[in-house]
Amino acid sequence: MKITLDHVTKRFPNRNKKIHSDVIAVNDFTFEIPDGKLIGLLGPSGCGKSTTLNLISGLETPTSGRIFFGDTDVTDVPAENRGVGLVFQNYALYPHLTVLDNIMFPLGNLRGSEKLTKEQMRDKAMAVAKLVQIDELTERRPKELSGGQQQRVAIARALVKMPSVLLLDEPLSNLDARLRLQTREELARIQRETGITTVFVTHDQEEAMSISDLIVVMKDGLFQQMGKPQDVYDIPDNLFVAKFLGTPPINVFEGTVRDGRLFLGETAVLPVHDLAMGGEPVGEPKNVFVGIRPEGFIPAEDGALALTLRKIEVMGRDTSVVASHEALTTPTLRAIVASDAPVYESDGIVRFDIKPSKLHLFDRDTEARIAFVTD
Amino acid sequence: MKQKLRQYKAWLYLLPAIVFLGIFMVYPLLDVVIYSFEEGFNFVTQSSRGTGLFNYSYVLHDPYFVQALKNTFLIVIITVPVSTGLALLISLALSSVKPLRNLFQTVYFLPYVTNTLAVGLVFMVLFKKTAYTDGMVNLLLGVFGVPSVDFIDGPYWAKLLVMCIYTVWVVLPFKILILTSALASVNPDYYKAARVDGTRPSRIFFRITLPLISPMVFYLVITGFIGAFKAYSDEVALFGTDLNAAGMNTMVGYVYDMLYGASGGYPSYASAAALILFLIVLTITCINLMVSRRSVHY
Repeated sequence: MKITLDHVTKRFPNRNKKIHSDVIAVNDFTFEIPDGKLIGLLGPSGCGKSTTLNLISGLETPTSGRIFFGDTDVTDVPAENRGVGLVFQNYALYPHLTVLDNIMFPLGNLRGSEKLTKEQMRDKAMAVAKLVQIDELTERRPKELSGGQQQRVAIARALVKMPSVLLLDEPLSNLDARLRLQTREELARIQRETGITTVFVTHDQEEAMSISDLIVVMKDGLFQQMGKPQDVYDIPDNLFVAKFLGTPPINVFEGTVRDGRLFLGETAVLPVHDLAMGGEPVGEPKNVFVGIRPEGFIPAEDGALALTLRKIEVMGRDTSVVASHEALTTPTLRAIVASDAPVYESDGIVRFDIKPSKLHLFDRDTEARIAFVTD
Repeated sequence: MKQKLRQYKAWLYLLPAIVFLGIFMVYPLLDVVIYSFEEGFNFVTQSSRGTGLFNYSYVLHDPYFVQALKNTFLIVIITVPVSTGLALLISLALSSVKPLRNLFQTVYFLPYVTNTLAVGLVFMVLFKKTAYTDGMVNLLLGVFGVPSVDFIDGPYWAKLLVMCIYTVWVVLPFKILILTSALASVNPDYYKAARVDGTRPSRIFFRITLPLISPMVFYLVITGFIGAFKAYSDEVALFGTDLNAAGMNTMVGYVYDMLYGASGGYPSYASAAALILFLIVLTITCINLMVSRRSVHY
């Protein structure tokens, strides 16, 4: 089921009664989630991800704007009639019911012609339990299961009615690191096997990038960018997206573009032409933010960028060079180079060339991406 | 050696509590058991005529005791379910209304902080027939053409009715307090999950809410049973100290009368009655616990 959000805004009255202005959790969202995909809603805490999910599920109604499932306007359709499955961060499994009863619970709500016999319910529940691989545990109670198993039960309960949309709120954040890796693969597998349009919320960019078909990046209730994970990583629309994606994070410098060259401090590091400022070369010097991915540094004896070396961290597969530069917005930067590449150091100075594809320019005021052409 | 010393120390620290509990709880308890088997024990001479089951036999054949037993059982059987059910309804209502919730909570809590005798006085105004007035309730019933009834000195059912209303009203606030907090502690995600699945409100209540607060409900039922079996002061507040004459005595009232009442001075009978009460409460509580263990599981 294709999901469309059309100028959706959600305001909450401010909890602090002295402040009369509303809190805008979701601000003028417009995007389309294609059918049958796994979508990661990504953003820092408090950016409105969960609210967006609740709006799609129908637990919250938007202050303005419309929501469509396929071509049907579901904005005023209550949650129970939208045909969504919802998995909560803490799973919300009914503690007094067995795993099987938990999974069967939604089926017990069907009435009229949809009403199922106990046998049919059990069969359906067992089929879903098998899909999420908990069919051995169906007689246990939730508290007798591990976190990962509870997670699967929650997914099974959300799937048992074969919803048109599956929504997961921070599905992996209650699991430990190892289990998280395993479960996210599992999540991707279940989504592939069922083909149900799935939206999950996370603040962990790695998690979102690794399994999503598409990611949606949000910040402070504002839509930032949507696209395939690799595309969003390679071509971030603005500085926030660039900073939010990638570990270690992108290194940000304050730079200037003048005379067709990019200056970091006093040194020119890269020729740049054709800034996308109307296509014409900028005559006036232009102040920019320069983002360079950690993997964008190539050690070179006569490299254009000279950095003061702080320390070298050997990590086995690659080496992380911690260095500083006067134009950096942070105290130090981190460059990742292959462990067999020599790092040229003399008098505490290391030199690098920059991979142009790993370098991004952003407007100093609007922080929007500036496209450029290099030689 | 050191271990032993530490053990002595532990006992030394426990000593004050043990001494006090021993003197003021364990010894009297044992004494009551002994009294109950001693025939015609006399406080002054500290002597008795013999030992045996005479006291029990006397108490069980005493029509006043049988009356008290019947009253107590009726009060227990009527007021515990009614008050628990009512409290559940009221706390459900309280947790689903937003405006004026604090006001309602205060109103429902008032009986808890009000003195039993003061409440009794209010009930007198409501129910008692005097030379000047039939009482508020009778006046109200009169509007609908119901003949007036003397609720305080009248027929047994009327007295029992007032007694039960009074008891329910007095025990409600505590139960409401416990149940509202139990309801508030249910994770709202359960309700959200149920809502997304399209669960009917009745199913949410019986399949989710009630099981989740069942430990608290059972706690209230058990303490409710015990409290109702020990009823006495409420009866005094309504019907005065001569409960036997009013036919509204309770078991605790009977024990008191046997000890200190106008016809009192029989510690042996009082002890026997108290032990019978104890056995009944013990049995019922055990049954309660067994039932709750079977139906509260998580």
